[in-house]
Amino acid sequence: MFRLALKSLLNRRGTVLLTVFTIALSTALLVGVERVRSEARSSFASTLSGTDLIVGARAGTVQLLLYSVFRLGEPTANVSWATYQQIAAAPAVAWTVPISLGDSHRGYRVLGTTGAYFEHYRFGNRQPLAFAHGEPFAGVYEAVLGSEVAAKLGYSLGDDIVIAHGIGRVSFSNHDDKPFRIAGILAPTGTPVDRTVHVPLAAIEAIHLDWQSGTRLPGRGISAEQALTHDLTPRSITAFLVGLKSRVATFQLQRQINEYRGEALSAILPGVALQQLWSLTGVAENALRLVAACVVIVGILGMSTALLTTLNERRREMAILRSVGARPRTILGLLCLEAMSLTLAGIVLGVLLLYAILAAVRGYAASQFGLFLGLGLPTAAELYALAAIFSAGLVAGMVPAWLGYRRSLSDGLAVRT
Amino acid sequence: MNTPTATVAIDDLRYAWPGKPALIDIPHLVIGAGERVFLEGPSGSGKSTLLGLLGGVLLPDAGRLAILGTEPARLRAGARDRFRADHIGFIFQQFNLVPYLGLVENVTLGCRFSPRRRQRLGARVNSEAERLLGALGLDVQSLRHHSVTELSVGQQQRVAAARALIGAPELVIADEPTSALDANARAAFIELLFGECGRAGSTLVFVSHDPALAPLFPRSLRLTDVNRAATPAEAA
Repeated sequence: MFRLALKSLLNRRGTVLLTVFTIALSTALLVGVERVRSEARSSFASTLSGTDLIVGARAGTVQLLLYSVFRLGEPTANVSWATYQQIAAAPAVAWTVPISLGDSHRGYRVLGTTGAYFEHYRFGNRQPLAFAHGEPFAGVYEAVLGSEVAAKLGYSLGDDIVIAHGIGRVSFSNHDDKPFRIAGILAPTGTPVDRTVHVPLAAIEAIHLDWQSGTRLPGRGISAEQALTHDLTPRSITAFLVGLKSRVATFQLQRQINEYRGEALSAILPGVALQQLWSLTGVAENALRLVAACVVIVGILGMSTALLTTLNERRREMAILRSVGARPRTILGLLCLEAMSLTLAGIVLGVLLLYAILAAVRGYAASQFGLFLGLGLPTAAELYALAAIFSAGLVAGMVPAWLGYRRSLSDGLAVRT
Repeated sequence: MNTPTATVAIDDLRYAWPGKPALIDIPHLVIGAGERVFLEGPSGSGKSTLLGLLGGVLLPDAGRLAILGTEPARLRAGARDRFRADHIGFIFQQFNLVPYLGLVENVTLGCRFSPRRRQRLGARVNSEAERLLGALGLDVQSLRHHSVTELSVGQQQRVAAARALIGAPELVIADEPTSALDANARAAFIELLFGECGRAGSTLVFVSHDPALAPLFPRSLRLTDVNRAATPAEAA
């Protein structure tokens, strides 16, 4: 009977192909939305690992997470150096990594930090940062580039770069009197680290010695060499990452920091902050899913329509089948089998289509959005979506099948018109 | 009962579509094994309904209809379909073929639903189909790679005849099989049908509105005589 259904479909390959393609496109859309959603989540989640707390000036949890880790948005205020020192010295703290943001290099954010960054920062599954070339900065005017910065801008070790004030892609105020020599280039991580220029905290201080309120003070030019003679201890930093000796102390320290009297601080748990972020983006994600699901429904209704329109011209065929002994149930099965084959073919084609699209755009997505789209096997959620499409196809196929069944019962052997 | 070997035995058969006046009322009709019967049935004589009853697709309201001593009405629905597949071959007026199946597949279609026909043919299903097609005057080799929809009406009817005859069913029912053919082709087709029915030992019931064909048959009946409920005026 399967051969029969298959031949019948092949006989109408024009409409069948269109129907299958419609289902394939809608399947690719639905599963694609699911794939992008989960990959976006996992790529966010894998950006930072091993950090117990992120501390910054009092801000919303999500906001602090976004600007300190993802370089998205602007910090509202800074943390004073003294406060940082005090918290870093707390007995429960194993390590801290200071982060100072605000400058940029040709659209890439510049991050001031210390050697602790290269030692303690972890991403993905607690992987440390690795150097593709060179080593951590040693001198004040040295920089370490993320892999993408180096690749996109064509930099190599020993090149000099100039840092711009502010974070715009085009900046008119440059720290061109104090160029940086590239000391190291990091291996790719698939995180915002790849798009970051790392410099020492002292350098951030040095290039701003002769600046005040965002503009260079006229007549107060301090050369790069002169700057080195100044005290380059920063007055403040944007935020800092904290690793604890024991995670048991996490909530206690978080509370202490949040209640710190010296200044208004926020300490957040990265995992909790991510959860809050997901609950924010969840609405948009669900809207996308809903739209994709509607497209699938339209595709399946299209199949139903295509099957229904052929029923009339197939009455004769059904009567012939009946006359040679096919049971009405066989007719029902035949029509159901056709709907099932169509849906299944659509799903298979859709998944193949999706993988082809993913393979085609993954390079672009990774470089433009830092979104790393995997080509792995379908996840449980995706399989669930596929199963849902299949069931919907079966249910929708039942309608024409049932009509055909009823009709062949009443037609019997002769088509009564 | 009194003629258990009769291919078709009808006593006081009555049938009406729900809410309509009786369409079939046949007091008595017996068709013996191996007979070739012409049944003249103009529109409105209850022809299609009688075919439905013979095929076991419709069930009588009253009376008895037995085929080969079996009453389809006493069988379960599935068994009725199986009975039809095993013992009856149908040839219709036109559009007799399944468009998406090939020439030989159309002939062997019935064997899919009838283990009995398969059994009778053994491994020779395809070769028997080709033999039948050849015997009915079709050149299988040259037509093999054509779609059955490309065949002429006359060729299509011969394919349909081969499908009805394959596996030698006891009863072949032909419903206006020649009405789309010209006069010469008609006689030739009936001649071939007789030959193959004789060879298979099948009883032939040939239904047509065209009385001109009656002389070709050893026995001919008028449905308007047989069926008391026949009212040719109902055709409108």
